[in-house]
Amino acid sequence: MDGKAIDAQQRYQKLVKDNAPKPKVGRNLWRAFLVGGALGVIGHFLYGLFEAIEPTKGESTATTLASLIFIGAVLTALGVYDSIAQWGGAGAAVPITGFANTIVSAAMEFRREGLILGLGSRMFVIAGPVLVYGTVAGFLTGLAKVAIMNLLH
Amino acid sequence: MGYVWAFLASGLVCVLAQLLYEYTKWTPAHVLVLLTVTGAILEGLGVYRLFQNWAGGGALVPVSGFGASIARGVVAEGQRMGWEGLFSGVFEYTGLGLAAAIIAGFFIALVAKPKE
Repeated sequence: MDGKAIDAQQRYQKLVKDNAPKPKVGRNLWRAFLVGGALGVIGHFLYGLFEAIEPTKGESTATTLASLIFIGAVLTALGVYDSIAQWGGAGAAVPITGFANTIVSAAMEFRREGLILGLGSRMFVIAGPVLVYGTVAGFLTGLAKVAIMNLLH
Repeated sequence: MGYVWAFLASGLVCVLAQLLYEYTKWTPAHVLVLLTVTGAILEGLGVYRLFQNWAGGGALVPVSGFGASIARGVVAEGQRMGWEGLFSGVFEYTGLGLAAAIIAGFFIALVAKPKE
C-alpha cells in the first residue's frame, strides 16, 4: 500500500470519529433539571393554592397529585407532552405528569387493538410496575411504622 | 424563595434519574420503580417529610412523592382505623389522581389519535 492510501484511510477514520454522535450527557442533565424544576414550580404553586383553599390535613396532597396528573393527561392528548419528553428526558418522565403521560399515551396507542384487550389491558403497561411496587413498598413501610408506633405506646 | 427550593428539589431528582439513564442500562420503567419505592421508604423513615418541609409542593412532583404519599396514607389510615386502614390507606392520597388518570386516559383514547 502506498503512502497516499494510508493517509486517505487515516483521514477517513478521523472523519468517522469526528462525526460519530457524541454522548451529550451534560446537555441531557441540564434539560432534565430545567424541565423537572419547572414542573416542580407548577406543583408548588398548586400545592400552595390547595393549602389556601382547604387546609384540611392531607387533602392538598391528593388534589395536587390529581391536578398534575390531569395536566399531564391533557398535554398528552394534545401531543405536547411527547415533545416535552423528547427534549427533557428524565425531567419529563420522572414527574407525576409523566406517570399520567405513560397511562394516557398507552391507552391512545393500544386503542386500535380493541377496547378491552388494547385500551383496557395495556393502559398500565409502564405505570403498572410503578403502582405495584409503590403499593407494596408503601404498605410494608407503613405497616412497619404503625407497628413500631403502637409498640411504643 | 419557596419556588426556588421547589425548582431545585424536583430538578435534582430528575437529574439523578437522568444520570441513571446515562450510565446504567435500566429502562425508564426501572428508574421510575426505583424512585417510587425509595420515596415510600424515605417517608416511612420520616425523611421525605423533612424533604417536603424544605421543597414544598416540589417534593410531590417527582414520582418519589407518589410513593411517599402511598406510605403516608397507609400510616395515617392504619392509625385511624386499624388493619383495614393499612390497605385502604394506599389510595387515601393517591386514589383521586389514579381514578382521574384512568378516566381521563379512557376518554382521551376514545377521541384522540396518537401522532405518528
